Amino acid sequence: MTTLTANCPECDATLTLIDVVVGEIVVCPDCGVDLEVTSLDPVTVEVAPMEQEDWGE
Amino acid sequence: MKVGILLSRIRVEEKWLLEALEKRGVDYERIDDREAHFELTQPGPWSQLDVVLERSISYARGLYATHILNAWGVPTVNMAHVAATCGDKLVSSAALAKANVPQPRIKAAFTPESALAAIEELGYPVVLKPVVGSWGRLLSKINDRDAAEAVLEHKETLGSYQHSIYYIQEYIKKPGRDIRAFVVGDQTVCAIYRSSAHWITNTARSGQGSVCPVTPELNEICVNAAKAVGGGVLAVDILEDPDRGFLVNEVNHTMEFHALAPVTGVDIAGVIVDYTLAVGRREVNVHPVVSPFPGSAPLAGTAPVNVAAHPVLN
Repeated sequence: MTTLTANCPECDATLTLIDVVVGEIVVCPDCGVDLEVTSLDPVTVEVAPMEQEDWGE
Repeated sequence: MKVGILLSRIRVEEKWLLEALEKRGVDYERIDDREAHFELTQPGPWSQLDVVLERSISYARGLYATHILNAWGVPTVNMAHVAATCGDKLVSSAALAKANVPQPRIKAAFTPESALAAIEELGYPVVLKPVVGSWGRLLSKINDRDAAEAVLEHKETLGSYQHSIYYIQEYIKKPGRDIRAFVVGDQTVCAIYRSSAHWITNTARSGQGSVCPVTPELNEICVNAAKAVGGGVLAVDILEDPDRGFLVNEVNHTMEFHALAPVTGVDIAGVIVDYTLAVGRREVNVHPVVSPFPGSAPLAGTAPVNVAAHPVLN
């Protein structure tokens, strides 16, 4: 198990990221915003793109 | 063999797929659809790929990328023509109708006035769906004429041109659930019921999953639906009508399986990766485009129109 920490770019809460991969979406436990893991070394997260009309399965 | 996996957002399904690729020691390349670009006459490194597993969260990106890859001779799971059929509900329904696969009654119309006439003819309630869309987004259950007029006006005023293609589906009085079946090639691998107190039963909308037995009858309709849209790795959604039995609601070509896998215990990601590898080894024939006229001779290279019979008008 790999645990990383980062800060929410929206509210600066501390995020605990367990076994994440680049591109994964995590939800900030404090402000609830969707964040995308954009790098693991160093670990970076960015606010995820908003859902588009053609998204889905 | 080199495998490409086209994606952007990593859902739990993509995590499982990446794990399945790793577990099998597959030489694979992650391709982010936000960074990819294509020189149409020069495939370059793309031609090194034996197969691409398309997992874009964006229907349009996945569709156009697979069109380009298929044109270069790179097979994809699923093929572009399958995505084009499944990604548009009206095209899907037309394909199912052509193959005589049971489905709810569907009407299509292109103006609010003709859509209202079609709705009234079908009888309330009906379900209006955008032709492109997922996760139960913008579905409307229309119970009466007032609601029909309001929604049709909203669609015409607020939507893109696609919202003026009116897809009108008979409302099926299903027993508080629908069925999601996972079809690979000509086999229904497993299925779940998706139950909800709401008429929309998508697990993306809080529907709860439980195991659904794959009976010969269920297998047959699911496989026929999969074949009708071109085949591959597909999720077939089935409604149970009290009188007519199984009806195909839709077929999904980049299926989510976050409920299907844990409920059935089937390693869906592993099955998808194994199928993709089989396509890469050319053990599965995914290339032929379905002839628009079954049984007819292939079109010759010459124009069938006799120009001499159509003189220029003066």
